[in-house]
Amino acid sequence: MSNFSDPASPAAATARSKRATDLMRQGLAARHRAERRFRRYGLIAIVLGLTFVLFLLTSISATGLPAFQQTYVELDIYFDPEEIDPEGTRLPKTLSRANYAALVRSTLRHYFPEVSERRALRELYKMVSSGAGFELRKKVMQNPELIGTTETIWVPTSDDVDMLVKGHIDRHLPESERRVSDQQIAWIDQLMARGKLEKRFNTLFFVNGDSRQPELAGIWGAVMGSVYTLLVTLSLAFPLGVGTAIYLEEFAPKNRWTDLVEVNINNLAAVPSIVFGLLGLAVFINFFGLPRSVPLVGGLVLTLMTLPTIIIASRAALKSVPPSIREAALGMGASKMQMVAHHVLPLAMPGMLTGAIIGMAQALGETAPLLMIGMVAFIVDVPGGPLDPGTVLPVQIYLWADSPERAFVEKTAAAIMVLLGFLIMMNALAVYLRKRFERRW
Amino acid sequence: MLLLVLLVLSAGGYQLGRRRSLAVSADDGAAPGQRLHSLPSYYGFHTALWTGIPALILLALWIALQPIVITQLVLSDLPAEVRLLPEARLNLVISDIKNLASGNIVSAQVDPAMRAAADHYLQLQAISSAALTVVVLALALGGISIGWRLVSPEFRARNSVERMVNIFLVASSSVAILTTLGIVLSVLFEAIRFFQVVPVTEFLFGLHWSPQTAIRADQVGSSGAFGTVPLFAGTLLISAIAMVVAVPIGLMSALYLSEYANRRFRAVAKPLLEILAGIPTVVYGFFAALTVAPLVRDAGTSIGLNVASESALAAGMVMGIMIIPFVSSLSDDVINAVPQAMRDGSYALGSTRSETIKYVILPAALPGIVGGILLAVSRAIGETMIVVMAAGLGANLTANPLEAVTTVTVQIVTLLTGDQEFDSPKTLAAFALGLVLFLITLVLNVIALYVVRRYREQYE
Repeated sequence: MSNFSDPASPAAATARSKRATDLMRQGLAARHRAERRFRRYGLIAIVLGLTFVLFLLTSISATGLPAFQQTYVELDIYFDPEEIDPEGTRLPKTLSRANYAALVRSTLRHYFPEVSERRALRELYKMVSSGAGFELRKKVMQNPELIGTTETIWVPTSDDVDMLVKGHIDRHLPESERRVSDQQIAWIDQLMARGKLEKRFNTLFFVNGDSRQPELAGIWGAVMGSVYTLLVTLSLAFPLGVGTAIYLEEFAPKNRWTDLVEVNINNLAAVPSIVFGLLGLAVFINFFGLPRSVPLVGGLVLTLMTLPTIIIASRAALKSVPPSIREAALGMGASKMQMVAHHVLPLAMPGMLTGAIIGMAQALGETAPLLMIGMVAFIVDVPGGPLDPGTVLPVQIYLWADSPERAFVEKTAAAIMVLLGFLIMMNALAVYLRKRFERRW
Repeated sequence: MLLLVLLVLSAGGYQLGRRRSLAVSADDGAAPGQRLHSLPSYYGFHTALWTGIPALILLALWIALQPIVITQLVLSDLPAEVRLLPEARLNLVISDIKNLASGNIVSAQVDPAMRAAADHYLQLQAISSAALTVVVLALALGGISIGWRLVSPEFRARNSVERMVNIFLVASSSVAILTTLGIVLSVLFEAIRFFQVVPVTEFLFGLHWSPQTAIRADQVGSSGAFGTVPLFAGTLLISAIAMVVAVPIGLMSALYLSEYANRRFRAVAKPLLEILAGIPTVVYGFFAALTVAPLVRDAGTSIGLNVASESALAAGMVMGIMIIPFVSSLSDDVINAVPQAMRDGSYALGSTRSETIKYVILPAALPGIVGGILLAVSRAIGETMIVVMAAGLGANLTANPLEAVTTVTVQIVTLLTGDQEFDSPKTLAAFALGLVLFLITLVLNVIALYVVRRYREQYE
């Protein structure tokens, strides 16, 4: 400060201030460089984040897309009365017990008459999925008239053939290192040349339940399990969440108890989801004796888990309704309950619905607590209600991701794509609701 | 089914109550509804509540108690030598009977006494469900008639309906408390049982973890070891890697979005980044196991490092990616809460934007950011699916991110998936782990929420 307080030498002061300006100039370049560098770091961070998004989504869709197609083989099946129903009774019991795999085998033998050795035959049979027989049985059970006729049917091949056709098994590896033998490759090529082997849309993936055979495994069972679980969750969590929010926002006196509730809700929102699974196991299954693996218990656990989300969103929605509405209603002689039910609630409803949808999306993607309550069981049947054992989509993904077969990798990715599709739809609905009904007061 | 009938009956009760109120008030020659205390619809709601609620309570109680009562009845009919069996054997017999009744395969040979018991069981069940239907319907109809009788011009229907609604609201707000209580009690109870077998000090400070306990005492490795230090070390290692990935990227992108980016860029980039928050964790787990782990391993091998295929690095990196939007949106909130006047003051003194950020905004927002990071850490510690799918199972006390480590959550999942009895130390260990996990995250959350709240108040 001393240089400024010295009026005697203005020249010296100017020189000094000039020097200071120079110094500042020099520093300025460095500061601007630092500025640009900092800015670049920020941009790099965002670009990195966006790259992760892109990388994740592309790697999953690149893996999963092929699973929507499946290799099918065309078989001219002769529904041999000798094989299916030698006595001609046409009783459902006889029809359901017949050996349909034998029909598939005879057609295959017919395709390759030169094959006669036992081991070669077994290899040949292995190329067609074991599900082919079930499909034939279903057809015959529906329409017994088929017996004695010949029909052309497309049936799925085994997963190894499918993988080879899709190029996931390298033909050039030595025979001992791949799951398809040279002989089988030759047959596949012949069938391809005859036009009897082709990739078609994989409907089985969408209509079947789980299966040990990758080519037969589908997501419908898991989807229905998710639907029942979410129904239970929605029907419990929405009323409870909205009730809590209304109580805390509109009625609750400001005291210790409500403070406690509030702290609790904020904490529950951050409790690890697996702890909710422990709660479900100890309370619902061990204490109340509810069965394992059922969507009902899954729904209960997810209800407790999503409640904080719904409560917080609902409270925000209630807060955004201006107090003048409340005062006007009370001024017209409405009771407090009437004021809430007739005026505040309808105005806050879109926000509450948005919160509920987001909570449901969170519940749909949740896996860990459901592992605890036994929803990881291998279940083939599609659940018919919230009390049938079932699994849900994310758990199905986890189960398939653990399976060793190569074909399950793409099934897993495809199931993830379906799950993400559902999530995108739910979030889009939430965004639409918000945009459509958002009101600025 | 019964629920639907109850719903229809309640709707009927509403109509009846409403009509009745109008009729009652019209008796005196006044205009309909004029002399009533409450609006007609409240009389309707009142009747509907009388119809539905007692019946519902009874239904719930019945369904809860039915299995116990029936089992006791069946047991009392069994021969004396069966009844005097020790409890564990008795439970086996009961489950056999139940299986027999539902037509499943049973473990033991079917003897006539069991068959008879199963028949008895089925019969009792049929009686019970028939009785349930009759009693519930009777109760509902009785409720309608009570509601109907109560309707009179002086009756304060609105007040009693509102009282009921108020009770519902209070009850639903206490569910949150009950949940916390349930978590604490269930986890604590099982953990205490565990600590009776394994001392707390060994659990917290033991260096060796191998929860496999043998069934017979003379088998090899019959005593499991329950030292959790390797688990917590693994958890910390993976969380630390995750934070190293998430904090710089999340914080820098939040700073860029709020201080540099123009509105259009922000409108596009922010939702895109938040996609990461909406992706289920099982998807990240699959991504980590299938894509990232091999990438990390190949990269390691190419520079001559030996990387485990389930390395902590891969799991931690993917977890970090998952947490990026969490860190960035929390920091974004805090940064936006810094008053504009502080920025303007800094610019007026000639500082550049990055200097403003470094010397003004960050110090001002620091408590909030620290709170956000603490929340993110608590999330990383509690995260399950990524580590279950991409981290190892073997407890391994190491600080090397290239080796496979296991975490607390992984062990909970592996200990508890599948059918197990509740009294083995193996299953109970999972609850003890859960207790510790709950406590750690609770402490982190409380501190973080406190810091964030304090900070917000400062600038409001």
